[in-house]
Amino acid sequence: MNTRIQVTVNGVQYSHMVEPRLLLVHYLRDVLRLTGTHVGCDTSSCGACTIHVNGKATKCCTMLAVQANGCQITTIEGLSHNGDLHPLQEGFKECHGLQCGFCTPGMIMTAADLLQHNPQPTENDIRHALEGNFCRCTGYHNIVKSVLYAAEKLKEHAVVH
Amino acid sequence: MSTNGLIGRAVKRVEDKRFITGHGNYTDDIILPHQTYAVFVRSQYAHAKILSVDTSAAKEMPGVIAIYTGADLANTNGVPCGWQVNFKNGDTMKEPKHPLLVADKARHVGDAIAIVIAETKEQATDAAEAVTVEMEELPCVIDAAKAVQPGAPLVHDDVPNNKSFDWTLGNPIEEVNAAMDQAAHVTTLEFVNQRLVPNAIEPRSYNSSYDPVSEKYTLYTSSQNPHLIRLLMCAFVLGIPEHKVRVISPDVGGGFGSKIFHYTEEALLTWCSKQIGRPVKWTSERTESFLLDAHGRDHVTKAEMGFDAEGKIVALRVKTYANLGAYLSTFSSCVPTYLHGTLLQGLYTTPKINVDVTAVFTNTTPVDAYRGAGRPEATYLLERLLDLAALEMKADPAELRFKNFIPPFDGVQQPGYQTQVALQYDSGNYEGVLKKGLEMLGYADVRRQQQEAANNGKLVGVGFSTYIEACGIAPSAIVGALGCRAGLFESGHVRVQPTGKVSVYTGAHSHGQGHETTFAQVVADKLGINLDDVEIVHGDSDSVAFGMGTYGSRSLAVGGSAIIKSIEKIIEKGKKIAAHKLEASADDIEFASGRFTVKGTDKSVGFGEVALTAYVPHVYPKDLEPGLDFSSFYDPANFTYPFGCHIAVVEVDKETGKVSIKRFVAVDDVGNVINPMIVEGQIHGGVVQGIGQALFEGAEYDENGQLTNASYMDYCMPRADDLPMFETASQVTPCPHNPLGVKGAGEAGTIGSAPAIVNAVIDALWSGGHQVKDIRMPLTSERVWNAMNS
Repeated sequence: MNTRIQVTVNGVQYSHMVEPRLLLVHYLRDVLRLTGTHVGCDTSSCGACTIHVNGKATKCCTMLAVQANGCQITTIEGLSHNGDLHPLQEGFKECHGLQCGFCTPGMIMTAADLLQHNPQPTENDIRHALEGNFCRCTGYHNIVKSVLYAAEKLKEHAVVH
Repeated sequence: MSTNGLIGRAVKRVEDKRFITGHGNYTDDIILPHQTYAVFVRSQYAHAKILSVDTSAAKEMPGVIAIYTGADLANTNGVPCGWQVNFKNGDTMKEPKHPLLVADKARHVGDAIAIVIAETKEQATDAAEAVTVEMEELPCVIDAAKAVQPGAPLVHDDVPNNKSFDWTLGNPIEEVNAAMDQAAHVTTLEFVNQRLVPNAIEPRSYNSSYDPVSEKYTLYTSSQNPHLIRLLMCAFVLGIPEHKVRVISPDVGGGFGSKIFHYTEEALLTWCSKQIGRPVKWTSERTESFLLDAHGRDHVTKAEMGFDAEGKIVALRVKTYANLGAYLSTFSSCVPTYLHGTLLQGLYTTPKINVDVTAVFTNTTPVDAYRGAGRPEATYLLERLLDLAALEMKADPAELRFKNFIPPFDGVQQPGYQTQVALQYDSGNYEGVLKKGLEMLGYADVRRQQQEAANNGKLVGVGFSTYIEACGIAPSAIVGALGCRAGLFESGHVRVQPTGKVSVYTGAHSHGQGHETTFAQVVADKLGINLDDVEIVHGDSDSVAFGMGTYGSRSLAVGGSAIIKSIEKIIEKGKKIAAHKLEASADDIEFASGRFTVKGTDKSVGFGEVALTAYVPHVYPKDLEPGLDFSSFYDPANFTYPFGCHIAVVEVDKETGKVSIKRFVAVDDVGNVINPMIVEGQIHGGVVQGIGQALFEGAEYDENGQLTNASYMDYCMPRADDLPMFETASQVTPCPHNPLGVKGAGEAGTIGSAPAIVNAVIDALWSGGHQVKDIRMPLTSERVWNAMNS
């Protein structure tokens, strides 16, 4: 029996009939065609599917689409505004925080959650916050630098405003 | 050729924008019109006879379009092996069929029995569960050394003793034995180089379609080498004319070797797409990836190194059992042989070397090239022996290496170095990287700190690894003589558009390496144009004439060289066009910084104007064709030989056995560097995969052939909080035989790092009086604690 869900994704409202077993990640990827959110495992271990649900980093490969009914969702596609990259997106580019790019959206969404509640993290804070996200390419060194870069950017931004 | 300075600069990557905004285009992102979805029925047993397969109930399930079993493919070939290795007695290796679907028996857990195709993935999953397979479980064999024992179960009924081949290289064993007998000290190590699962974070994914009008197939594949897949699939498996297949590898989320190989699913989906007349898509689930993506390493080795009284190495003797799994994967046979045995000279002047390898079938996932491929195994063997010998002989491990290094040679003034194991090194300054590493480390201080720690009851250790690898794979004539069934050249096509913008078509494939930036830097630099004016096209067999793909750290050394050849042709033709415009002789034209100039004058014409003239040839040399568009193939003269020095400092917790990495210093010499930011990134990632092997990773089979850690919940990989920041530096010894002087950087980190970590742990234990020779990787807390307390 399909169920109707209503969700707001990147500021746009959607309403769809979905199978109860449909995972949120497949709803985003196959129904809404927002393919920036990736599936790397089936066990919430790799973090490639991390998005924000009601402002909180969530691994959506183990969340059902029906559980997202009524939720506000942000995916990697919704992170930049008016064509301006989010400081984390800029940081990953500036610091070579990505190689194949597959883990990158999840890594950025997790880091964005960290910076929301800890705007000036230490290296250790960042490593701890990202320990639920696998990267097989970078060895994490430049990812840590990317997040430090973004934190610095956000601080400058706060001073200016 | 004068340049505009783009080569050598840490240019930010041009490909990043699509990835950081969620607009990458990976195979699983693609949904084609009339898409169907495939799910496999796979063996739950490691070794079992198939008694019957009943698909009748499944075929009636909602949405099911077709189900095929091994019986439907009885007349179809299996996937081939690309490298023939012969037995010592000259017999051809045993090369049993690797069928697209098994009909007689399953030979490893995950072997495919049936494919179910339905309108949705969920419907295919439901129907796959309704397929009934009756099987009779057979005794299985997992361990390579046990598989060759008399009476061991046979993986393939027609392969006696499960031996694919045995093989030897180097000096005659009698000479090596004699030298070993004369040695003042012999260090012996019996060890396992454990099986690893590559684990690219993007699972393998394929989407194949057939157009009945043009009779043409299109296969989207998460592959490192789309042209190679097309060639193998068309010529060896399905017998389809090659021009009737287009293979596209769009963005690929990491490969590390595991996406080189031609997998059964690629050919099977392509075959199915014609049967049903609709596109068929399959994306591996993570546990399927664990069970099916070719694994790496898995050697059981005994190695002995003899030294004279002064500490000079006099002999090396190696016996290895290499586990190849249930079938020969595409390049599996060359990994423990020509990519392992040939590297056992290391950086040392060892005068007598013999290596003996037995390659064995077992009821496990096939094993093939994984980042480094054979070279990490060789480096681990040598570097563990060196540090252990130093401990046993109470020598300093750095000094022991200085005593044994091959002296510096540039390959130009001094000739290349001929090893005892078939290779000729191109250029090297091995003592240079160790000196630099010791300096960065502050070696004397670190040893002092280690002593202080020991005095305070703490276990701190320092481990070394000075490695060499063979990259830029590979000179076709040489690898052909050694059994490779392919050429290993590369193509590079440079198309100058009428407006002077440049499109470059390369047979190399980028799946994280940043070719779209590095190759563009090379082209923009050599043509004196802006980086933005160059586009790099790769991964599509309809756009790129041909390609051998990306592996073996070959893209820039081989693919970049092909591009350079085309650029040279463009400049040569451009000079003729410019000469005509400037009313001079082509011999008098110089090309620099994007301008063609008459020597000794201020008369010149820009690259863009020459490009336009080539396509609007109103005023044009009579005997010259229009257009500015050249394609070249480059076959390297030799392998390239990057090398380096990795030093780890670790602390071992006495109470728990937990290893913490305190420092990691890496000095790598990969020849000339085009983009230092990208090279450094490759080193970081490589180092961490080596650390993964040393401390965290390992495929664990039980006695029934079940892979017990086939998920990310169970297979431990390095995470952000397991690691320190790395201290890296470059030394540059250019490659003398390719136009860019580059050697390759993709695998260096992985090859160097694992032995440095393990050596550091062993050193830490010796500093506390635990004279342990070896701990089996991965060095988990439990294993280290047991080693200290046994």
